[in-house]
Amino acid sequence: MTTPKRHILAGAFGAAAILATALPAVAQQRPAQQPAAPAAQAQPAPAAQPQQQATAPSGSTIDAIRARGTLVCGVTTGLAGFAAPNSQGVWAGFDVDYCKAVAIALFNDANRVRYVPTTAQNRFTALQSGEVDMLARNTTWTLSRDTSLGFDFGGINFFDGQGFMVKRALNVQNARQLDGATVCVQPGTTTEQNLADWARGARIQIRPVVIERLEDNVAAYIAGRCDAYTTDVSGLASTRAVQQNPNDHVILPDVISKEPLGPLVRHGDQRFADLVRWVHFGLVAAEEFGVTSQNVQEMAQNDPRPEVQRMLGRTGGLGQMLGVDNLWMINIIRTLGNYGEMFERNLTPIGLQRGPNALWTTPGGLQYAPPFR
Amino acid sequence: MSDVALNENMPNDALPRTAPKRFLGPAAWARENLFSTWWSTAITLALAYLLIRYAVSFVDWAFVNAIWTVPYNAAGQPDASACRDNKGIGACWAIIADKHRFILFGTYPYDEHWRPLLVCMLFVGLYIVSAMRRFWNWRLAVIWAVTLTAIGILMWGGVFGLTYVPQERWGGLPITLILATFGLAFAFPLAILVALGRRSQLPAIKALCVLYVELIRGVPLISLLFMASVMFPLFLPEGINIDKLLRAQIAIILFAGAYLAEVVRGGLQALPKGQYEAADALGLSYWKKTGLIILPQALRLVIPPLVNTFIGFFKDTSLVLIIGIFDLLTAGKTALIEPQWQGFGVEVYITLGLIYFIFCFAMSQYSAGLEAEFNRHRRR
Repeated sequence: MTTPKRHILAGAFGAAAILATALPAVAQQRPAQQPAAPAAQAQPAPAAQPQQQATAPSGSTIDAIRARGTLVCGVTTGLAGFAAPNSQGVWAGFDVDYCKAVAIALFNDANRVRYVPTTAQNRFTALQSGEVDMLARNTTWTLSRDTSLGFDFGGINFFDGQGFMVKRALNVQNARQLDGATVCVQPGTTTEQNLADWARGARIQIRPVVIERLEDNVAAYIAGRCDAYTTDVSGLASTRAVQQNPNDHVILPDVISKEPLGPLVRHGDQRFADLVRWVHFGLVAAEEFGVTSQNVQEMAQNDPRPEVQRMLGRTGGLGQMLGVDNLWMINIIRTLGNYGEMFERNLTPIGLQRGPNALWTTPGGLQYAPPFR
Repeated sequence: MSDVALNENMPNDALPRTAPKRFLGPAAWARENLFSTWWSTAITLALAYLLIRYAVSFVDWAFVNAIWTVPYNAAGQPDASACRDNKGIGACWAIIADKHRFILFGTYPYDEHWRPLLVCMLFVGLYIVSAMRRFWNWRLAVIWAVTLTAIGILMWGGVFGLTYVPQERWGGLPITLILATFGLAFAFPLAILVALGRRSQLPAIKALCVLYVELIRGVPLISLLFMASVMFPLFLPEGINIDKLLRAQIAIILFAGAYLAEVVRGGLQALPKGQYEAADALGLSYWKKTGLIILPQALRLVIPPLVNTFIGFFKDTSLVLIIGIFDLLTAGKTALIEPQWQGFGVEVYITLGLIYFIFCFAMSQYSAGLEAEFNRHRRR
């Protein structure tokens, strides 16, 4: 009996030895992301050294992206309307369109993006460590994220706020009536803390039921495990829209927090931050000027307004000031449309209204772009 | 010869007779085991009622009332309203029909799905070949090397006219198989070395092995994965990124190694001291003694707990979802995110459960066979 037994061992050790030699091939080779970055570029660990900020030489991120040939964009692991892979495994959504817009500005090619799915927990490390160039991952702009975590937010592409959804049968009219209620909430986000802060401020008792997955949260709420479900109003609307009977559920009018969502980049690289910021402003301005994916070429030729001419790169050389082609906005709008078109394509189907995300020219709208000059 | 002669002399009517009919067959078995007393009969009937009732409603839900396909609109979007109306009455297997390629292969480029498919078949083939005893020699090492190289080439591409596919686009079943296969293939030899080290007479080696095992076993796998994914990159200089999958893979190897080491150590300790002493008496060196006498017997003893750990780790690979890697389970969950398919989780989870079950059940059946074969000499 010893011979076959010895062969097991020989086989196991032999296989392991071969595997060991094959391992280095697994380490993915990736061009250096920050070729010119000195040691000062190293980001501090989150929350450990809040004061110490990196001041990197400008332009390094854009140069690194150009050298690599693709933009690496951190997205969610899946959120309907914002970023989710479809049945073909192709990423689509509102945030994904922002990644594409930046890629078009840099390369005039929406396909030169690598999407890295990040969770709520590892998204900031991924950006700090340079694993991704930017995050477009419905992340709330807060003071601590802007400063101690070391990020720059490129504007607010979606104004959100935390709300509550309850079953209509409960006959609850406003959030203050939720005293003593159980509320389903996701951990690890600002949502959980907002709920606690608001309950303390309103002097009511809330019993939070903390469930990790969005899907499980919704299931628990539907099954009656919690009286109410809280998350951003956008999430509530999309959840409500896909229920069997959307009318059985009410989104309460109270919005207990401000959740301005937007794309973000690392501190210390103003040129790249500027580019991301002005891509967003360009999309908003295009909607304001009535420039759409259909008429962008015609507008560039015929529109007499000087600001439109400057934005579309006919005059002024604004693109070059940002370090990209002067036709950047034409290319972006031709492929993706303006802000309104992106919203309609991705977020309207999941039941979201424009609400505060309408242009500033409509009452209640907050989307506003500084002038292009 | 003598017993043959005895048989020949035996009269025909003394031949052994079969037992009476009422002590044989399924009816007798049922009478013996299910209906022996009145309360046994009552429990049998009650359980049979529940079993049949739920089996019937499951079959109704899963097959009779199920919806297998849904219409697609002009834009190629599925229209799941039929499924939504049928909810609670019948299963909606249309989600699997629509999403099966995403669940199996994640975000891998759609036109290149034959590559991960081939990788999965290569993995299964590798398992089958590794299970056959006639390959248990140097040839197995060659087969592994060739297969794993082929798997790497197929997944990454970039040579032989295959397009390059970066790691973050990999997903689904290949990720689960890669993490489990590499994880256990590396963890097993590591575990043997650590187990031997823990029983070593050399204090430094022993302390190191004890420290490793206790340290790794003292933290949950999820926190190791977190450290690999969240903390480790912060210690590296900017611009150097170790691949996310590789980081998770190393964490899994270290974790599995610690657990397997304790299993192997159990086998080492179960061996009678006489075996060690006999090997020493033969004048064998330490490695010869270990390789020829100790390990073959020790490993044979621990096949059941080893396979138990293997199966556990095969399923533990799904924990990589917390660091944003699309393994089989995460891909299945992500398939549920699309608004028109939200709420059909049961169908997806049943499918995923079946896939996991096939692999785990195959492992346990193989180990049962192996165990029976190795312990044949012990049967009385």
